[in-house]
Amino acid sequence: MKTNKNERILLGHGSGGKLTHELISGLFMKYFSNPHLDLHTDSAIMRAEAGHIAFTTDAFVVDPIFFPGGDIGKLAVCGTVNDIAVSGARPLWLSAAFIIEEGLPMAELERIVAGMAQEAGKAGVEIVTGDTKVVGRKQCDKLFITTAGLGVIEARHLGIGTGEKMIPGDKIIINGSIGDHGMAIMSARNELQLSSPLLSDCASLNGLIESVMKVSGNIRFMRDATRGGLSAVIGELVRGRPHGLVINEEDIPVKENVRGMCELLGFDPMYVANEGKVLMVTAAADAQKIVECMHQHEYGRDARIIGEIVPDHPGKAWLKTCVGGNRIIDLPAGEQLPRIC
Amino acid sequence: MIRYIDEYRNKEMVLRLAGQIREATSRSLRFMEVCGGHTMAIHKFGIPSLLPGNIRLLSGPGCPVCVTDRKFIDQAVSYARRSDVIITTYGDLIRVPGSSSTLDAEKSKGSDIRIIYSILDALAIAKQNPGKKIIFPGIGFETTTPPSAAGILKAREEGITNFYLLSSHKVMPPAMEALIDEGVEIDGYIAPGHVSTITGTSIYRDIPGKFGLGCVISGFEPLDLMQSILMLALQMERGEPKVEIQYRRAVRPEGNPKALEMIRKVFEPRDDWWRGLGILKSSGLGLREEYSDMDAEKTIPVEVEKTREDKGCRCGDILKGLATPGECKLFDRVCTPLNPVGACMVSNEGACHAWYRYRT
Repeated sequence: MKTNKNERILLGHGSGGKLTHELISGLFMKYFSNPHLDLHTDSAIMRAEAGHIAFTTDAFVVDPIFFPGGDIGKLAVCGTVNDIAVSGARPLWLSAAFIIEEGLPMAELERIVAGMAQEAGKAGVEIVTGDTKVVGRKQCDKLFITTAGLGVIEARHLGIGTGEKMIPGDKIIINGSIGDHGMAIMSARNELQLSSPLLSDCASLNGLIESVMKVSGNIRFMRDATRGGLSAVIGELVRGRPHGLVINEEDIPVKENVRGMCELLGFDPMYVANEGKVLMVTAAADAQKIVECMHQHEYGRDARIIGEIVPDHPGKAWLKTCVGGNRIIDLPAGEQLPRIC
Repeated sequence: MIRYIDEYRNKEMVLRLAGQIREATSRSLRFMEVCGGHTMAIHKFGIPSLLPGNIRLLSGPGCPVCVTDRKFIDQAVSYARRSDVIITTYGDLIRVPGSSSTLDAEKSKGSDIRIIYSILDALAIAKQNPGKKIIFPGIGFETTTPPSAAGILKAREEGITNFYLLSSHKVMPPAMEALIDEGVEIDGYIAPGHVSTITGTSIYRDIPGKFGLGCVISGFEPLDLMQSILMLALQMERGEPKVEIQYRRAVRPEGNPKALEMIRKVFEPRDDWWRGLGILKSSGLGLREEYSDMDAEKTIPVEVEKTREDKGCRCGDILKGLATPGECKLFDRVCTPLNPVGACMVSNEGACHAWYRYRT
């Protein structure tokens, strides 16, 4: 497709006619090309290993669509890859559906699609099917993307998603600093001038998780801490369980600029979104080895043990605060920020 | 900046103060934090778990959203329904329940309601929309009143004629006195830090003498709060209640004369409604006569529905320190931050919201 600098998406690009065809072949096929997609079939047909599959979907509506450290496309790939990876599965294939607002500059769309292809390549997944719709001005905000993903999971990893094998004494690990994504969005939205740039942590974690699963067969629970932050995952992790958990606030890694901005705006980093953080519960004996393994990986340099599963206060998560007090960690209620992922 | 904050979150010093508080008194003492910012900090850092059993903290009526009467929300909702009006508001007001609606609900039905971060944003919107009436519902105490006053003065200076204030601005001392008259049993106030930067200490002058209560103006970090509690405990132990400033790095005894002058220039005292407390004499601030052309109530008549209170909601008692959020039947059952029944659950600074989020 010949794109000129000022070209914009028209309603016609979603009409199913010539413009649609041009957009699909000239843009999406160009970047996403792979043997499944290139067949132009209504469904992509893949050959899977026998056993269980993991299947997930996620919609992405972030504002602004470009932010420091990523964009809506990268987010759409990473988010779905991570949802599969934290279930203990190996992500293989994605779908991508685009709802585009009339008037979106073609160059912006191209930048996003190219970034998605790059991230998918890095994560080792293929985008095998997709769809495009164009809506009139103000009927959506620039671009919404929905991705779905398929992965395969070995039988021995089946309990990781539910956490049914967790027992008191297990350690809780996070792969790095919290709150980076939410605060990067906030700084982009308000054009805050910061002395050190604040980047989203948006990343595909399947590589990191695969490395960890190689050194330990005792991962009892995993979940990515996204919307609602670390608190949301911790709240979900403990709710309705026969045991409780304790987190040490002092051990939770938070970057100085994120902390500073949270203080300034009155946010609690525990409730701020991440897009490249996984919370793991592992057997105590393996915890240190897992942290060391994470430290070798680009997305796990600041990994830490931040707490443990305890037999006391079943169903409740306690935080030991930085000044030595105790309080409950609960699910966040309402959004601290609108439209962050 | 972080190093500056960390100094006030030093664990060893906080624990040392906890020990000093334990040694200072074995009497049963109840202190009320008046400011919502204190409520939030106390729960966020788990301060109650650091205090000995004989010292209890109560949350008072210092969250601007929480004390805002339902009638005020109903009025804002009525304005929002007019097609010639744009409501410009700070974000925390939009989810506060009125009698039958919220600004949030009206927004979803198509009312033009815009969240702003500064009153100057409202003035800019007024300039961009000369055919519309821009109404700013002003809430809060001495901390949020000066910006509203500045907005009014700037609108006058720039000749903006379509900007209006719907004032529910309030002053703190009448509420602090009314609580004691209502029979709330406390031994001292952890007095608001930010309000005091504007007012200085004089507004608390009568409280020790008239009511025998201690009064310590506190900062918002854990060390500030622990030190303030120690100061109050020592005052009571010695039988010498007085007004003291713990938050010396921000509060001067005389306050901020410039901001006070601005408030005086634009506003005058009037009786006002407080949620849970009813009408308190000279507790509100209305626009002075010379700015009445910017007074929404006076210039834009609107019909407001009859105020309806929710049965079972104990926000009133909670604001008065007569009940804890846990003692309200609706708490965490019907009333949650996602579906707030009372205003104390809406604002970040509300006692119910803080309890819900950080139960200590």
